[in-house]
Amino acid sequence: MIEIESATKVFGTGEAAFRALNAVNVTIAENEFFTLLGPSGCGKTTLLRLIAGFEPPTMGAIKLAGDDITRLRPAERPVNTVFQNYALFPHMSVAGNIAFGLEMLGKPKDEVDSTVAEMLRLVKMEELKDRRTSEISGGQQQRVALARALAPHPKVLLLDEPLSALDLKLRKEMQIELKRLQHETGITFVFVTHDQEEALTMSDRIAVMNGGEILQIGNPKEIYERPSARFVANFIGESNFLDATLKGGQVTLAAGGTFDVSVPDGVADGAVSVLLRPEHVAARAGAAQDGEIAATVDTVVYSGEATTLHLSLPTGEKVKAKIGNAPLGDGSLPKEGDSAALTVATGAITVLRD
Amino acid sequence: MAENSPLKTKARGYSVKTLPGFSVVALFTLVALYAPIVILVVYSFNQGTSLAVWEGFSLRWYQQAAANEAVQDAALRSLILAISAASVATVAATMAALATTRTRHFPGRTMIYALINQPLMVPEIVTAVALLIVFAAIKVWTGHTSMIYLIVAHTAFCVPFAYLPIRARLETMDNSLEAAAQDLYASRWLTFRRVTLPLMWPGIVAGLMLAFVISLDDVVITEFVKSAGQETLPTYMLGQLRRVVTPEVNAISTVILLAGAILVSLFFLLTNRRV
Repeated sequence: MIEIESATKVFGTGEAAFRALNAVNVTIAENEFFTLLGPSGCGKTTLLRLIAGFEPPTMGAIKLAGDDITRLRPAERPVNTVFQNYALFPHMSVAGNIAFGLEMLGKPKDEVDSTVAEMLRLVKMEELKDRRTSEISGGQQQRVALARALAPHPKVLLLDEPLSALDLKLRKEMQIELKRLQHETGITFVFVTHDQEEALTMSDRIAVMNGGEILQIGNPKEIYERPSARFVANFIGESNFLDATLKGGQVTLAAGGTFDVSVPDGVADGAVSVLLRPEHVAARAGAAQDGEIAATVDTVVYSGEATTLHLSLPTGEKVKAKIGNAPLGDGSLPKEGDSAALTVATGAITVLRD
Repeated sequence: MAENSPLKTKARGYSVKTLPGFSVVALFTLVALYAPIVILVVYSFNQGTSLAVWEGFSLRWYQQAAANEAVQDAALRSLILAISAASVATVAATMAALATTRTRHFPGRTMIYALINQPLMVPEIVTAVALLIVFAAIKVWTGHTSMIYLIVAHTAFCVPFAYLPIRARLETMDNSLEAAAQDLYASRWLTFRRVTLPLMWPGIVAGLMLAFVISLDDVVITEFVKSAGQETLPTYMLGQLRRVVTPEVNAISTVILLAGAILVSLFFLLTNRRV
């Protein structure tokens, strides 16, 4: 659907030049919910603006359904955007905003009216159609912005952190709402966010970006469970990084214990860094038996659905173990200062490239 | 989220009304500003010819002013001049404001601000003398002495007054609105026509009215630039003061004041309905 071929964007010149995107390649499939995830300044919004046509790439090409659209103006691309601040026209009604794109395309009046009615129904805003956009709540403005961008039936819908201005509860609702809209309309969504949980919840595939480059592309499960780089592992979810030695498809942790692993391309035998998610570590009080790792409990943090143990290994490495809470706790968890024995779930260890 | 924190309560500022001497200063300021205007209006209704001794109520000075052909002539000229100059200046100022806020930063932009606002910085008398010299030469050379010189001069000094409110309006307008319009298939012209123009309209109206009032009010440049017989209301009144002072001048001033008040009220009514 969308092919981005070695897109590079440099802002400014000479000393002040800033490379916002560095030879980015990515292919986004039709009817896909694709997320660009990364910290601020990673280039995700720049990439979105390149697809929308607000910025030309310094180098590289952008193709949509096989056609080169690199040099087309935003008005010439069958791509619509939901802006971070919504950018609703304050001098028009809710219905007027939604009709705008259709009117600009020169659609006949009755088609405009019926599409606007359909969109109002889709985002559940029928009753507020005559309101000014300043007279509706943030969540409602969000829906209007979505309806306005969906009304002309774009091939691709771009969403620039559209949920960041909403409070947590509304954001959760809108995440599900967006997913529903994407299914119902069958339009390709390209979604930009810095919120890893949002990305995992909503996406078919995620591209994790940092420093103007895409570090990894994969579905949420791959990104979370098999991150290729330390940055990706660290950015998404909570992580334990441990020193280990890789030999013939097995790693031996510095703290003890040998595990079968899948070795990513380009990683040779020798010293490696491995990832272990805190929820994949089990802990019990007492001395370590065979196949267990010995540790000491530093702190115990209760957080409702789980308890996180902060532990020290004999090697001096720190490890977190996140353990789901049983109803009214059975008291079997180790306490602060206790010795503990850790068990690592099968397949939980991921070898990192860096 | 920080925005939703219940702790975010503003420290209450103390009221200016409780500051010592507030009433005295306020009263003095109001008196200094408005007392002379009130006196001017009151004496425009004076029966007698004096500006200092009240001799009873009458509308004779209004009737006299209205019947005075020189006043009619000057009032008409002032109106034509103010409307032409304000209109041309507002169009120019609108284009200048768009060019200085809706384009990427270009070298020399600060210089352009300075150039546009130049008439605000240069003493009016200097502009007046400079225009007198240039226009006198042109008048001698071409023999043409119509109002066009006044219109050109007024347009020139009205531009910055029209420019300031328009630019202020554009600067508070979100750039992403125009990006959104273009994203929704609007051409450059339709983006301007359907989004930029309606949103900047209050600024344009404010600029137009300000320019109109500034032109209507001008004495110095008009006095220097006008050809013989081209009196505007302010220059006519100035001429009258040199000869004999009657409440006719008060009556004319009161009418101008009323017109100004109506314009300003109209402007507020028009703009306050908007977002």
